[in-house]
Amino acid sequence: MEFIKPGTHIDFIGRRKIAYVFSLFMIAATIALLVWRGGPNYGVDFSGGLLIQVKLDQKRTPAEIKTALESLGLQDSVVQEFGEEAELEYLIRVRKMDLDLSGLSEKVQSALEAQFGTPADIRRVEMVGPKVGEDLRQKALFALFYTILIIAIYISGRFELKWLMSGVMAVTLIFIVYVASIFGVSVTWLIILALLVSLGMCWFMNLKYALGAIIALIHDVAITIGAFALTDREISLAIIAAILTIAGYSLNDTIIVFDRIRENLRRFKRRPLGETINTSINETLSRTILTSSTTLVVVVALFILGGGVIHDFAFALLVGIGVGTYSSIFVASPVLLLWEGRARGKTKGAQVQSK
Amino acid sequence: MSKSLSWRSALAGLVLLAALIYLTPSLTSTLPDWWSRVLPDDRIRLGLDLQGGIHLVLEVEVDKAVESHLERTVEELKGDLRKEKLRYQAIERTGLEGIKVVMMRAEDVQTFRDTVGMIYSDFDIKAGGEEDGHPVMLLILHTNARKRIKEMAVDQALETIRNRIDQFGVTEPEIRPQEDHRILVQLPGVSDPKRAIELIGKTALLEFKLVDEDHSLDEALEGNIPPGSEILYESPPATVSPDRRRIPYLLKKRAALTGEYITDARVAIDSQYNEPYVSLSFDTRGARLFEQITGENIKKRLAIVLDNNVYSAPVIQDKIAGGKAQITGRFTMDEAKDLAIVLRAGALPAPVKILEERTVGPSLGMDSIQKGIKSMLIGGLIVILFMAVYYNLSGLIADLALVLNMIFIMAGLSFFGATLTLPGIAGIILTIGMSVDANVLIFERIREESRLGKTPRAAIEAGYGKALVTILDAQVTTLIGALILFQFGTGPVRGFAVTLSIGIVASLFTAIFVTRIIFDLLYVQKRMKKLSI
Repeated sequence: MEFIKPGTHIDFIGRRKIAYVFSLFMIAATIALLVWRGGPNYGVDFSGGLLIQVKLDQKRTPAEIKTALESLGLQDSVVQEFGEEAELEYLIRVRKMDLDLSGLSEKVQSALEAQFGTPADIRRVEMVGPKVGEDLRQKALFALFYTILIIAIYISGRFELKWLMSGVMAVTLIFIVYVASIFGVSVTWLIILALLVSLGMCWFMNLKYALGAIIALIHDVAITIGAFALTDREISLAIIAAILTIAGYSLNDTIIVFDRIRENLRRFKRRPLGETINTSINETLSRTILTSSTTLVVVVALFILGGGVIHDFAFALLVGIGVGTYSSIFVASPVLLLWEGRARGKTKGAQVQSK
Repeated sequence: MSKSLSWRSALAGLVLLAALIYLTPSLTSTLPDWWSRVLPDDRIRLGLDLQGGIHLVLEVEVDKAVESHLERTVEELKGDLRKEKLRYQAIERTGLEGIKVVMMRAEDVQTFRDTVGMIYSDFDIKAGGEEDGHPVMLLILHTNARKRIKEMAVDQALETIRNRIDQFGVTEPEIRPQEDHRILVQLPGVSDPKRAIELIGKTALLEFKLVDEDHSLDEALEGNIPPGSEILYESPPATVSPDRRRIPYLLKKRAALTGEYITDARVAIDSQYNEPYVSLSFDTRGARLFEQITGENIKKRLAIVLDNNVYSAPVIQDKIAGGKAQITGRFTMDEAKDLAIVLRAGALPAPVKILEERTVGPSLGMDSIQKGIKSMLIGGLIVILFMAVYYNLSGLIADLALVLNMIFIMAGLSFFGATLTLPGIAGIILTIGMSVDANVLIFERIREESRLGKTPRAAIEAGYGKALVTILDAQVTTLIGALILFQFGTGPVRGFAVTLSIGIVASLFTAIFVTRIIFDLLYVQKRMKKLSI
């Protein structure tokens, strides 16, 4: 059985402009959405606060639950139905940090029991102090940053044998992060700064494969975060794990296409780069579709059957793997072409000078 | 069979055998006796999200430890100054910095410097100007000493909490220090989180204080608290009187005796009222002090105060010798037990604050693991079916690799003593994708090669050869990512990194090494003519 017949030749590179517009639009929309919402919707893991998952005996509306919590001064908290309808589970989120959060879950339980007259089963409590939330956010961001850094080094070294340059890049980045942290730059900006610097360095040191891979990776992660903002989902620690999976998956996909491009570049030395890229994407297309669809099958199973706790996690993987497949074809590989234009521009300039 | 093939099959067989051995304890509930004697019997540990339990991050309020160290030093200093006949007007702690002493006479300053400087080597002694014509001396605590006190407070708190939890009876608790004077406590499977948290967080500073009977309680309640006395309350346990009427007491501030002399505390039942109470034993020094206090204060009331909460204030009937005391307070059995535990394990050197608390009810953990495994099985089955349809016999070989991969991950988890969490299950699902990907890469290459007209044997050879580099590149980058996650990640992120790392290594082994053995067996050994791919 075959999905993609051998000899299939779809002109992906020819359509890269449309893809650029699409990708830029998605990323711009993500940024706009984040700015409008005032940053990512961090869950209690990162913002601090209290989350209580409670199972009741009867169906109640969030408003009824809020009324029950009024006596505790929690009427401003967010109450949400959770999981499937028949499960009668609710999430109560408390953001107020002026309250003493420890021991609050018992108070919530007794308040609910007093109001409804039936037992309330506290299924899960997550209480994170503001300081810890900040720490967890920093750690997660640093993990993300180091992953990208080391992967950039590996790709440059492995694909272009520029171990020295990737070493220089690593040292520079670590230095920048060090200096910036001395001046007390917040971690979010630190990471954004480091990413911009690494993109710039990849560009000027001609580390095109690394640049392609990193751009695709940022693209995928950004759009996934955008999808979270759009559907108003919370970013928790587990979601960070999902986002890192997406980063891994995105790279996996990109590297497989890159590997084929490199192989074909050696085989067809005289062909234009664009054509070689096209051939390579087409040759690996069968694999790309097959792997993505099998992985997606598993993730869809997780999304539908995995239960409420893992629902958002599966959603992140679903979006990320979809976008990751698209980006390895339409984003990562066309980036390699940027140099072709630049190199031609340079030779033109040289010709003008020699005249 | 060729030499290389039999060697490779033997290795694969050995790895599988080892994996099965490591996996068996997790699959059966009862192991035969001989197993534990010869073979590993570690089970896969389930994370709190899967089996329920409590995760706490506590902060030891180390500044309080410094404060109480200074307070104690003030008391000692008073005694020493009296002994040396150095008269002082006032001694007090100044914040967390040190101690301020206002001397009576200027001529004592030099003697003060000499004697005090020798005894209190942790302090720098400085002149602090004058106050109403009296010289002021400052004792400034060394930075190193301050640091040492803080570190000791954390170490001691860790030890105390560990003791308390051991006595509470939790299997496999995890209690670890973290940076910033924090302590991580994980208690799997604890069903009554409230009780556990209360037990851990109790400072358990036990004090015996005399009731101030020279002054009127009513007047003190109106705000006229005599110096050297304080008002503390007795809160009856909620289980006994739900309205929680708090009874005030006017007590001498100075503790006559503290809990540091306790050697044992246990629960006993009052035969008359059938009520549990806690009986205490003191060491020799404590016993002597207790005898002295009770002897000097017959017919007066002595309050038993734990963490500034009065438990009872019985009237001393007679001198109590023998070093035994009782705390009564209309306890339930559990309350009495927990009180005995904290008294036995000793006081926390400083109060602890809960920074992070995650409690997962056991029922939710059960649900999560069932759903996680169910979705994993269904997803996995679809993939297995799909591969068999798409690649025929070769697809079945890949399926075998996939199943082996699962076995290796599970065995790897118990081998490394790693914890399986919900994101860990997600990591396994991703590994399914990666493992399938490796085989897809190989199979697509084999198809390409055989389209070029190569024999099955040559196509397999070339397919594996060319795909290998790609697979390594792709999976090694993911492995790097997973390892970094493991290094920097916390909680669920870490659980995910563990399964992913083990999974990638396992998938490299199964998808490249094991499937090749089968291909070689079929197309080299058995000389099958037609590739089923």
